[in-house]
Amino acid sequence: MSSQRVFALVKKELRKLISEPATLFMIILFPVVLTLAFGVSFGAIGGNQVTTYQIGVVNMDSAGSDRWSQHFIGNLTNMEILNLLIYPDNETAQSDLIQGAIQAVMLIPEDFTESCDSFWIAPTNPSLWINTTVQLSLDSASIFATQAIPPIIQQILGATVFGEKPASVPRPIQIGSPSLVLSSKTTMFDGMAPGIFPFAAIFLIMMVAQSFSEDRQNGLLRRINTTPTTPTEFMTSQVISNMIIATVQLALVFAMAYLVGYRPKGDEASLGLAFLIVSVFSLCNVGFGLITATLAKSPESATGISFIFIMPQMFLGTFVGFALSPSAQVAGKFMPSYYVTDALKSLFLRGAPISSPMILLDLTVVSACSVAVLLAGILLFGKYGKA
Amino acid sequence: MGNEENKKEAAIVIGNLTKRFEDVTAVDALNLRIERGELFGLLGPNGAGKTTTINLLCGLLEPTSGSASVSGYDIRKEAHKVKELIGVCPQATAVFPYLTGRQNVELFGDLHTMPKEKLRKNTDDLLERMGLVADAERRVKKYSGGMRRRINLIMALVHDPEIAFLDEPTVAMDPQSRHAVWDFISDLKKQNKTVILTTHYMEEAEELCDRVGIVDRGKLIALGSPEQLKQQFSAKNLEEVFIQLTGRRIRE
Repeated sequence: MSSQRVFALVKKELRKLISEPATLFMIILFPVVLTLAFGVSFGAIGGNQVTTYQIGVVNMDSAGSDRWSQHFIGNLTNMEILNLLIYPDNETAQSDLIQGAIQAVMLIPEDFTESCDSFWIAPTNPSLWINTTVQLSLDSASIFATQAIPPIIQQILGATVFGEKPASVPRPIQIGSPSLVLSSKTTMFDGMAPGIFPFAAIFLIMMVAQSFSEDRQNGLLRRINTTPTTPTEFMTSQVISNMIIATVQLALVFAMAYLVGYRPKGDEASLGLAFLIVSVFSLCNVGFGLITATLAKSPESATGISFIFIMPQMFLGTFVGFALSPSAQVAGKFMPSYYVTDALKSLFLRGAPISSPMILLDLTVVSACSVAVLLAGILLFGKYGKA
Repeated sequence: MGNEENKKEAAIVIGNLTKRFEDVTAVDALNLRIERGELFGLLGPNGAGKTTTINLLCGLLEPTSGSASVSGYDIRKEAHKVKELIGVCPQATAVFPYLTGRQNVELFGDLHTMPKEKLRKNTDDLLERMGLVADAERRVKKYSGGMRRRINLIMALVHDPEIAFLDEPTVAMDPQSRHAVWDFISDLKKQNKTVILTTHYMEEAEELCDRVGIVDRGKLIALGSPEQLKQQFSAKNLEEVFIQLTGRRIRE
């Protein structure tokens, strides 16, 4: 193999990247803009900012004897994650909820204090208690509010009524409450970021498919074939150039994520392994790009066909995946991007060590998929795609 | 094929070379010998089989049957060796539009693993001779059609090949550019290069070629120097020779 030939072809590919506005946008600007937009939209700006939920409170507890409801409201106010707005009536609060100004409305009933008092008069005799209900209305448009707010309120209500003591029969083993202060410091963007890295790399499929289709259409592949360049040299140059592009992409996305406040767990070794996994994953996308170029008759059709490989990987294997149905999540396990996201989640979100078996398993799956898809792409393109 | 005598003497030896595409025979039992240093013209109308013959000789297509050697190397078994010796200028301009003229030329020099210094010297020399020095650092997508054709030709010759295949190198060129290319091709002959030129411009073949082979429907129907052919068919030019042989004009 001639390094001069390989290097010349790598240089050509990289020159294409910087001189073609469409390629530059797809490979560099798109992931950078996407990361910035997601960072701003999903709360990463400014580092570990606290996500807060706006809760409207309508206190209907009997006037003059509302000490328990005031205590409850005081406890809720102390939670950094909640921002309480007191409403005079339910109608106004519901109107704000419908308009999205707040994420929940909590209606403290008239007999709240009476109910709490009745419990403390006879804590072991439920038949003497005055039962009542705190009504909670939630913003159905926010999946995060509907999932997060009820357990938080439940926990604070428990602490208000029972104090530090458990209300049930004493047990030798207690369930520790989750630290809400800590969990509040993880933004939605933190959860999404590990998926953004493979998301950006997936678009290499389109670039490779377009590039090969265009070179084929313009007779450039045939022309290169009249030189002593071997197929191995040519494909090696493609692999190297796309790995370089994927690494640059990852660095830019990482830098942009860092700028908008993303602070992943893990050390330099974790970061190095993340780069390696994404680089290996880029080979898989070169393979899918070659398969696309084999199927496509022109660069225009290559763009369309590439989405056959882009869409499932994007929806089932990247940051979008966590919101999917259980069956879609199972389908995601057939996508190489799923294992990249999974490994990056372990490294960046959970702070897992690089020697962790699950991460090594992810790397093995990504490597095996990449080699298989790349070989399939090379064989198919070599046999049916050159003409 | 491939023997020492052929390696010394003939640039190209073709024996019963045939290429069929399903029910179409593009090259039909072609026999031909082209000597070293010869400027050989392959003439014929569009679809006669000229480009297919070149594609077979430079390893882009597999022959259906027959054999051929380039500088003594078998085109099937020693295709890599053949590719080291040849330069191919394709009929359709094939240049990387996002690279500059110089980058396109240097890329092909690198693909032939030329030493850097020689590559730079040859590139400068060829760009100068083809009148492209001033535009060498511009991207080729901004070139005119004629400039692209000239870069297309330089890319085939930058590595100083022993044998050059020039497939319709002057098609769609203005008369001035065409004459510049003719001068350039004549210079190749003076350097004792073997040039295989396909064209359907009969005046181009008459002006440049030592010998011509006229092909029609995949068959070689006449072979000789332009003068010999004109004498043999008592014709004023090669166009008349072609009409006498086929009953048609070459561009019909």
